[in-house]
Amino acid sequence: MNRRNFLRHSFHGTAMATMASTMGLAAPARQQLARLMKMAEETDRVLVLIYLDGGNDGLNTVVPLDQMSALSAARPHVLLPENSLHLLQGTEVGLHPSLSGFKSLFDEGRLKVIQNVGYPQPNYSHFRSTDIWMSGSDADVYLNSGWTGRYLHQQYPEFPDAFPNTDMPDPLAIEIGYGASLLFQGPTAAMSMVLSGPESFHELVDNVEQPAPDTPAGDKLRYVRLVARQSQQYGEVVVAAAEKAQNQVAYPQGNGLADQLKIVARLIAGGLRTPMYMVRLGGFDTHDAQVVAGNTTTGEHAELLKQLNDAVLAFMQDTEALGVGDRVMGMTFSEFGRTIMSNASNGTDHGTVAPMFVFGNAVAGGVTGRNPVIPENVTYADDLTMQYDFRQVYASVLQQWLGMSETTTQEVLLGDFQPMTVVNGQDGVTGLGDWGQERSQRLSVYPNPLNGRATISLESFGEPMRVEVMDLQGRSVAVIYEGTLPGGQHQLPWDTHLLPRGQYVVVVRTASFRQGYRVAK
Amino acid sequence: MANPFRDIRPPGYQKVAERYRKVIPPDLRQSAETLAAKPIPPRRPLSTGLETYTGTFGEDEAAHLLKRTLFGLKKSELRTFAAMSMADAVEAILQSSPIPTPPVNNYRGYNDRDDPDVPVGDSWIQAPYDVELEGGRVISLKGWLLKNMTQQAPTLHEKMILFWHNLLAIQTWDVFVGKADYQYFEMLRRNAFGNYKTMVRDLTLDPAMLLFLNGTFNNKEQPDENYARELQELFTVGKGAGSQYTEADVSAAARVLTGWVINWEEAEGPGDVSSFFYPNYHDTTDKQFSAFYGNRVIAGQSGLGGAQELDELLEMIFDTQEAAKYICRRLYNFFVYPEIDSTTETNVIEPLAEQFRSGGYEILPVLRTLFKSAHFFDVANRGAMIKSPIDTLVGLWRTLGFASPQPDDLSVDLNFYVSALWNIGGQGQELGDPPSVAGWPAYYQAPQYDKSWMTTDTITKRALITDSLVWWGFWINENLQLPADLIGYLETLDAPEDPNAVLMESAQLMLGIPLDEASRNELKTILLSGQSSDYYWTDAWTAYQADPSDSNRTVVENRLKPTLQALMQLGEFQLM
Repeated sequence: MNRRNFLRHSFHGTAMATMASTMGLAAPARQQLARLMKMAEETDRVLVLIYLDGGNDGLNTVVPLDQMSALSAARPHVLLPENSLHLLQGTEVGLHPSLSGFKSLFDEGRLKVIQNVGYPQPNYSHFRSTDIWMSGSDADVYLNSGWTGRYLHQQYPEFPDAFPNTDMPDPLAIEIGYGASLLFQGPTAAMSMVLSGPESFHELVDNVEQPAPDTPAGDKLRYVRLVARQSQQYGEVVVAAAEKAQNQVAYPQGNGLADQLKIVARLIAGGLRTPMYMVRLGGFDTHDAQVVAGNTTTGEHAELLKQLNDAVLAFMQDTEALGVGDRVMGMTFSEFGRTIMSNASNGTDHGTVAPMFVFGNAVAGGVTGRNPVIPENVTYADDLTMQYDFRQVYASVLQQWLGMSETTTQEVLLGDFQPMTVVNGQDGVTGLGDWGQERSQRLSVYPNPLNGRATISLESFGEPMRVEVMDLQGRSVAVIYEGTLPGGQHQLPWDTHLLPRGQYVVVVRTASFRQGYRVAK
Repeated sequence: MANPFRDIRPPGYQKVAERYRKVIPPDLRQSAETLAAKPIPPRRPLSTGLETYTGTFGEDEAAHLLKRTLFGLKKSELRTFAAMSMADAVEAILQSSPIPTPPVNNYRGYNDRDDPDVPVGDSWIQAPYDVELEGGRVISLKGWLLKNMTQQAPTLHEKMILFWHNLLAIQTWDVFVGKADYQYFEMLRRNAFGNYKTMVRDLTLDPAMLLFLNGTFNNKEQPDENYARELQELFTVGKGAGSQYTEADVSAAARVLTGWVINWEEAEGPGDVSSFFYPNYHDTTDKQFSAFYGNRVIAGQSGLGGAQELDELLEMIFDTQEAAKYICRRLYNFFVYPEIDSTTETNVIEPLAEQFRSGGYEILPVLRTLFKSAHFFDVANRGAMIKSPIDTLVGLWRTLGFASPQPDDLSVDLNFYVSALWNIGGQGQELGDPPSVAGWPAYYQAPQYDKSWMTTDTITKRALITDSLVWWGFWINENLQLPADLIGYLETLDAPEDPNAVLMESAQLMLGIPLDEASRNELKTILLSGQSSDYYWTDAWTAYQADPSDSNRTVVENRLKPTLQALMQLGEFQLM
């Protein structure tokens, strides 16, 4: 659902004035209103990015069953026996033996596999390819910002100044670890908070600060002070959130990814409105000893995928038990897949495309894309061919999960990438077009909060329109009007006596335009 | 019981104490300064270049030189160097340090069993491989590296080893053959001021590197491009705009390097481990390189002749214009300022690279030119780098002095460095194990560079280190916490009895930007416990000097601790 955008764009025109008066504010600035609405947004969706650091071997993660004989010729050292794989019903793929939990998520319709994801002109350098995946750039374009960093910048253009504030007291993004990645670099600032654990928060002394000098050293000093300030303010909210929630399931021990996801689950359940998290699992650069010779279902890769499997499964169970499962979606990515051919060290080298996993209650489960094809007479130099550009996946997530319009998605991804269905029931919403138009329907609803009989005031441009009430899960609750009203302002009656208490959005749609107005009862 | 503070604690003390001990977070929203509120005008480019610096060379300049070339600085070092001419100071810095005694078996407590080959306290660097003991040896090595830094002579040598370790990185845990890891660091030490071509040749054949980037598994049947790629991307020509090597070049270089393997018998048995050329693994076909390398063909050779292809490869790489530029940029990033604008590229990098290339890739002359240059001493470069975790921790130990454990108590010795490694590792700089073969992102990742050391997490960890050194001691284990020797530190200063001098001298040693008057007064208020007369401190210090009794010591320490705590939590403390 386009919740974020509902909110952001529902302030144009009279909606602003009405909203302002209910909030008891006199003629507030548009930006202030935007913040107020963000504050009112209590049920934000969360995206958890899992970076498989080193280049995950896609061919041994999601095995194309129709290619087994070609695979056995091309990668004899690492080939997994077909009978060890978890076959996904109704598909021609089998998951690595370590991924039993992913198999059950798939069976429950909560896992999507997207095949052959990469980018044109693949780069085989870890660093460059990681930068490409994190920045969301073309192979020959060098960007210093990340795609999620640009997304957050688009949502919070004033960050980091005057942040945190009462309207957005929480970090915009959290990375578990000790270094900020390129992913959350915005065009002008790093958008993420780096956290090693809610226990590690240490309070600083209240030093008196003089203005920093006007020198390069002064620039660094300003930066250090900003980080100090944010660490204290974000530290408080993060500790408070972590204290509010306790993990409800036992996470696997000795599993670095589980340790990270454990913290993420607590923070989400503890009420942080942070929309994005990144966690990582390293060690996928399996040039050697990817498998144990003679027993290819064991070895480094099997260990890594087991960690991934166990950690994700525990996280899904935990967020479910904490009552926030519906708000969470996860996605894995890695800088590249690995060579089709295996090497004599029982490993594989840097390759190109690989499958991605997207998981969550709202995910449209299944396998998207065809199986990779192993070329005949394969050589070491051969690579798999791309079917989906990685930015198509990003575009899908941005639009279907985070509610961005097509236009702003294109701005964030610096290009037009055709989305695929990643989230359930999103076709109706994502097909709607752009929320970002300035044209106003002069929409308002009063009284707000609702109290019995309400009035929806809107402007028609003489086009067919539909006026509908939706809840915050994106479900239609009632259709108020469907038809064509003459041009001009109209008042539609709406009896809300039978409407359960809660938050709703009144949506007006025409073929070319839509607008939402948020109400409460 | 008499209160030892009573006679010095002034009225109003509580109010002051509240300000420095109250560790609830300030409402920094009130802070007037924000990053975007005042758009920062570009303060570079700088007009200075490689011409020799001819300005004043006093304490400030010596401090800048030492901060960038040592790990923190001691007052005694500052005194010595500030008394020299600039040229003499740089020459002194560029001296080699003596080779340290090798690391020893201090890992008994870390393993279930004793090392059968190495008695406790003896060096393990020639011991046979032992899978159960290698972990202890790797820790011993990493602690030893840190110890070399902590006990460094005042020369660039130790920091230069860190520079090369960052640029030509291995991960010691990944290699997991302790003695190969040790040999790698000794290779870096040996070549630190030597010839870069020689160093890259040594690196290519270094057993730890052959293991780390799979060179030893690179053979004609199953080429492994890992080392061939990093050799070009990270170790020589880099990824700058002028570097145009191709994927085919990576592949061709990998084939040139086929056949170089480590001697497994030596790795597993006693003695040093070496590498050698094994012709049967070598790809004897011709290797065609791209236009970037002048379309060079390295003719395939069979038999032992194949080994010579390596030298041809390195000649070809070092014939490019790009290799010298890339290394000079990396030196600049690390020692001067992280970002390189086009003016710096023209005024500093290009002429320095020209010197490097025409000098046959001798390292020392290039360092000499850089550190003597007007550009290096340009005031705009001073204080403009954020300290690395190692600079912070080792620098503090060196500056403040530190009750280090008894050298004969080896288990404490190990615990001490394990704790320190954990500490710097938690801030993103685990010595011996950079996050990848590219080294630490602070030295290469635009646009953050050194800012990436500083996150909401690490800034509080740094404060925790300084607070612990001041208040309760650096944590070694449950039973042992080692505080800094604050009084010993004060005794190194020129005028410990003068509260203004204590603050200004400390600022010069530990801050990247001189202490402004308001902050100095603020800190002095703490040092004087709220009194306005400087002589309260002078009296307390003089009384302690005359009679170092516990009560006199406590009086001094209880003023000093919160003062230094606050000083080390200033943003300026993070700069160098």
